[in-house]
Amino acid sequence: MDTAITCAIPQLYNATDGEVRAEEDNKVTSHPNNIEGVNKNSTSRVITRLMFVVVGMFGFGFAMVPLYDVFCDITGINGKTGDKVTLAENMQVDTSRVIEVEFIASLNDSMPWEFKPMQHSIKVHPGEPARISYVAVNRTDKAIVGQAVPSVAPGRAAEYFQKTECFCFTEQKLEPGEEKEMPVIFVVDPQLPDDVTQLALSYTFFIKPSGASNSTASLANNSNQEI
Amino acid sequence: MSAVIEEHHDHHDHKPSGIGRWLFSTNHKDIGTMYLWFSFIMFFVGGAMALVIRAELFQPGLQLVEPEFFNQMTTLHGLIMVFGVIMPGFVGLANWMVPMMIGAPDMALPRMNNWSFWLLPGAFGMLIASLIMSLMGMGSAPNFGWTFYAPLSTTYGPASTDYFIFSVHLMGISSIMGAINIIATIMNMRAPGMSYMKMPIFVWTWFITAYLLIAVMPVLAGVVTMMLMDRNFGTSFFNAAGGGDPVLFQHVFWFFGHPEVYIMILPAFGVVSQIVPTFARKKIFGYSSMVYATASIAFLSFIVWAHHMFTTGMPVAGELFFMYATMLIAIPTGVKVFNWVSTMWRGSMTFETPMLFAIGFIFLFTIGGFTGLMMCIAPADFQYHDTYFIVAHFHYVLATGAAFSIMAAVYFWIPKWTGNMYDEKLGKLHFWLTAIGGNILFFPMHFVGLAGMPRRIPDYSLQFAEFNAMATVGAFIFGFSQLIFLYNVIKTIRGGEKATDQVWEGADGLEWTLPSPAPFHSFTTPPTVK
Repeated sequence: MDTAITCAIPQLYNATDGEVRAEEDNKVTSHPNNIEGVNKNSTSRVITRLMFVVVGMFGFGFAMVPLYDVFCDITGINGKTGDKVTLAENMQVDTSRVIEVEFIASLNDSMPWEFKPMQHSIKVHPGEPARISYVAVNRTDKAIVGQAVPSVAPGRAAEYFQKTECFCFTEQKLEPGEEKEMPVIFVVDPQLPDDVTQLALSYTFFIKPSGASNSTASLANNSNQEI
Repeated sequence: MSAVIEEHHDHHDHKPSGIGRWLFSTNHKDIGTMYLWFSFIMFFVGGAMALVIRAELFQPGLQLVEPEFFNQMTTLHGLIMVFGVIMPGFVGLANWMVPMMIGAPDMALPRMNNWSFWLLPGAFGMLIASLIMSLMGMGSAPNFGWTFYAPLSTTYGPASTDYFIFSVHLMGISSIMGAINIIATIMNMRAPGMSYMKMPIFVWTWFITAYLLIAVMPVLAGVVTMMLMDRNFGTSFFNAAGGGDPVLFQHVFWFFGHPEVYIMILPAFGVVSQIVPTFARKKIFGYSSMVYATASIAFLSFIVWAHHMFTTGMPVAGELFFMYATMLIAIPTGVKVFNWVSTMWRGSMTFETPMLFAIGFIFLFTIGGFTGLMMCIAPADFQYHDTYFIVAHFHYVLATGAAFSIMAAVYFWIPKWTGNMYDEKLGKLHFWLTAIGGNILFFPMHFVGLAGMPRRIPDYSLQFAEFNAMATVGAFIFGFSQLIFLYNVIKTIRGGEKATDQVWEGADGLEWTLPSPAPFHSFTTPPTVK
């Protein structure tokens, strides 16, 4: 018995995972209750299946990124506004309602521009297009590219706030000392829930690291220096 | 431990000698022992960090350490306790006990088992290296809290964050391999006659935990990979400037993080479900309800993650959903507590150290469970969020919960592992000092938390001074009484009263049919379970 164990067992245990060879199998499986023999295949089957789960869940982690965006788009949470829309011709102007739209400008910590709306707020009828402007000044001595990220409060009103023209649709580049007036044309959808009488539109300007789109190395450097 | 076993069983237990025995081990018992020692060492490392934190918080104002270093301590304490102590501790118990409990000769994948263990010293070596570099003045160790929220860990993370990311990747691979191994073992290597519904509860809880690990550790790997790409490869997953969203980080992290807390508590439920029937000398009350409760907790853990994020500006419908889903967890958990109490009801109870720790677990874990219920109420959570109330809650469930159950398990099974009885007097002393010290440490945190003391801050307002001083005293009692535990474990390994095969009068199960200490190779002939 002693020798049987000392011979059979180390070989069994030193065999590659799940690949117990047949002759060693036989030594152990000569027991009336054969566990190892049955298990050779089922073990590798279990492992294969579990590895699929692992890979799938790793993918799911990344799938949460677009899912999260879609979820925010559908529900309008986060105040994310939609992309550019073409103004529907048949949108009725609802003159019975007046919506006050306030404008807010803010800058990300690392952004050295000056940035403000040219008017604090305006009153519009739902369905009536309105044109307002923001102004940005670059007082540094180098050209800077910025990207504005819009947000509308209250969040549930975001989907009713439609922009037909906005400086946030593209990157903005300001040369040293340049001042730029940046228009926004928007329309408030008449479907806006009745209890909403005020909207706030806010833009945050983020600095776009130079050469971000084509050089990862310079981005890494830039993000260390500038952010 | 090895020396003793060799001495008595050399004649029929052939095993490799020297360092190679441990480096190349494919034996589930040796690997289990290494996991447990690793967890024990990390327990003292993480505990020392906790004492630095508590010493700094003994008085208001800044005394001992710089705020920057304090942040590194809170971060590493959390990471080490979660990934380096509780998880390896339970994996070690699973390695030792699961094959013996189901009548298997070893784990299904012995070599992978070796690899999953030996990744851990590398992972934690790297994490701790970042702290050593910080102490040598070469930049900061990770300092963003164990939850490593973006942008703290991406835009503002210190250079050592990349060490941290790689370390988490290694831990994740280790856990995933360990989990696959446990599932394969349980599914394929049960003794003839041991149907799923005859498995000991500890095996059941680990079976379900292993599935949780497989489902969420890859998500953790995903989130740290996104961090890595944001930091070094110009992506913007979590950076608003590039169209990303930092709140997304929290969603992905907590999708991992909430099941993770059940990964740390389900095996504890299993341990307690083994110990309570033994010392009450009754069968466990409601075996099948225990199994179903464990499975329901595991399922619910996937749909409650955003209760960690009530203050991020979720819509009301979302808050309500996550609030009610979280409350649901109280039901299966309540079933478990009820079953443990009912198992003790009219049992012939004795109070050896494992039973004391198990009862301490039930009592203190339940307190932690109740504070959890308080926090799941979304409107109330705005007051509790990021305060010491949260710290009190998760230390009740993790320190006096999960860690208590590991201590209980060590006392319960160490006679089987070493063949010797531990010192009962020292064990009881260890329990009472730990239980009393733990409550002095964690209970006052409820009060300062409710009054608004924020977590992770090295200084606080004067009105919190008394309770913080109390907590610090408790921390030192709690911390130093673990040295008794260490001494007791070493003493038991070196000798002591010989344990019988059954060890405990009320013990029932395959592992107790083996000799004490358990031979190097056990159940080479499968037992038959009636």
